[in-house]
Amino acid sequence: MTIKIENLNAYYGALQAVADVSLTIQECAVTALIGASGCGKSTLLRCINRMHEIIPGALVSGVVRLNETNLYEPQADPVAVRARVGMVFQRPNPFPTMSIAENVLAGFRLRGERLSKTESQETVEHALSAANLWSEVKDRLKSPGTGLSGGQQQRLCIARALASRPDVLLMDEPCSALDPASTGAIEELLGELRLAHTVVIVTHNLSQAMRVADQVAFMATTSAANGGHLVEYGSSTQMFDHPAQSATQDYIAGRFG
Amino acid sequence: MLHIAKRRTVADRVFTGGLIACGVLAIVPLISVVWTTLSRGSERLDIDFFTQSMRGITGAGGGALHAIMGTLLITASATLIAVPIAFGTALWLTEYAASTTSPAVKALARTVRGVIDVLAGIPSIVAGLFMYAVIALTLGPGYRSGFAGAVALALIMIPVVERSGEEVLARVPAELKEAGLALGAPQWSVILRVVLPTALPGLVSALLLGISRIIGETAPLLLVAGFTDSMNYNLSAGRMISLPVYVYSQWQNKGVDAQAYDARAWSAALVLLAGVLLLHGLAGLVIRLQRQNRQVRRARR
Repeated sequence: MTIKIENLNAYYGALQAVADVSLTIQECAVTALIGASGCGKSTLLRCINRMHEIIPGALVSGVVRLNETNLYEPQADPVAVRARVGMVFQRPNPFPTMSIAENVLAGFRLRGERLSKTESQETVEHALSAANLWSEVKDRLKSPGTGLSGGQQQRLCIARALASRPDVLLMDEPCSALDPASTGAIEELLGELRLAHTVVIVTHNLSQAMRVADQVAFMATTSAANGGHLVEYGSSTQMFDHPAQSATQDYIAGRFG
Repeated sequence: MLHIAKRRTVADRVFTGGLIACGVLAIVPLISVVWTTLSRGSERLDIDFFTQSMRGITGAGGGALHAIMGTLLITASATLIAVPIAFGTALWLTEYAASTTSPAVKALARTVRGVIDVLAGIPSIVAGLFMYAVIALTLGPGYRSGFAGAVALALIMIPVVERSGEEVLARVPAELKEAGLALGAPQWSVILRVVLPTALPGLVSALLLGISRIIGETAPLLLVAGFTDSMNYNLSAGRMISLPVYVYSQWQNKGVDAQAYDARAWSAALVLLAGVLLLHGLAGLVIRLQRQNRQVRRARR
């Protein structure tokens, strides 16, 4: 599913976080949003599933299209949008009162959708397999999700997002709280997810962006009051090997700030 | 250098010793209270005490069944009135009012918080007087009922449960709520299926704190529920006595056989104390059973 962002502006009260970003994100590919802290990349990500506006005083203007549907058209329901777009957060956040299986099925339960027993079992196995976690947890599906290691918890969160079969998966620095081995597992997983999903990942880790991303968007801000704008957008190879903008070159070479 | 280090060690010892002494001082009266209540209260802890009221009794004998029933009925109804209001307010303040930009809602939330703070500070006798005035103005000055007592106790209970409930709810990580919302759940569903289950153990202890706060309350009940020597299962009419009021009335209105009145007062105090402890034990058990149940249910699936 292609994501078309047109003239997107996002604010926290009077403070602008994203300034006039237009960007087309390719389907079945991994797109990385990179840039210094505070450049608005996480905010931009949270505009793609309308999570930005849950913050009091937050405001969005502009257009985000999933294929042809504008998520911000007046009659669009933000709750329904979020069901179609999966999200994985910086810190693993499985529900502590739920088992591993219940965590995977949490989306259905929270949306009030009933699944038959076989459907539930199939969904759990399918989602956990897709998140490369099935073989590690298949014998303890009934134990608490918070009993897993950090990396496993994050893959459980990915499984929870995948269970609802979203077309788009948004990941907000999904590895920043994980050790290198767990990070490796998630990066490997990203390579498989891109075959069927449109993945957008925010990362501070440039080598990670280089390893996992097909497309890279570099955002920057001229001053804290202005909000982040899109500096350059292109394929990973182009961005890392021949960036057109000097700002991009400076950032990937570590000369920024 | 060495003597400075030595001085520090000494100061540290003295300080630690002082803190331990404080700890001991704090529990000495508590142990003394429990011990005295146990030893003096066990004398009249017989079957009669749990099966008889004080109707027609002037000397020895009689019991506190009417007061035990009164305490159960009044405390239960006060809890039923207070808890939905308290938890509802706490949820509104933490989940809705906290994330609003509307100045009107913000002002309302501030007012509600302020009123609850004031309510938490009012002496319980004032809650009793308030109910007394309400009753005197509506039903006449002579009207007494257990229900009126329950409402007075609910006024005392609401701020206690609301404040600790609010604290517990505020501690539910925002990340969990975000995770729920990001799965496409409406906010009420996230509250019902994520926030409340996560906060459950804390909410149970908030509830308990509230019950412990009111179960020993005497003054408001003296005013609006009154004394009686007889059984009364009807909350809506007639005087209804509770255990603390019973203790007070036994001690205050001693008959010729003063010893018998004192003994009954101590036994009632012991029953009250045991009740509070039982409640705490029960809550711990409920939480543990719930966890186990969940695991059993999972294992069966």
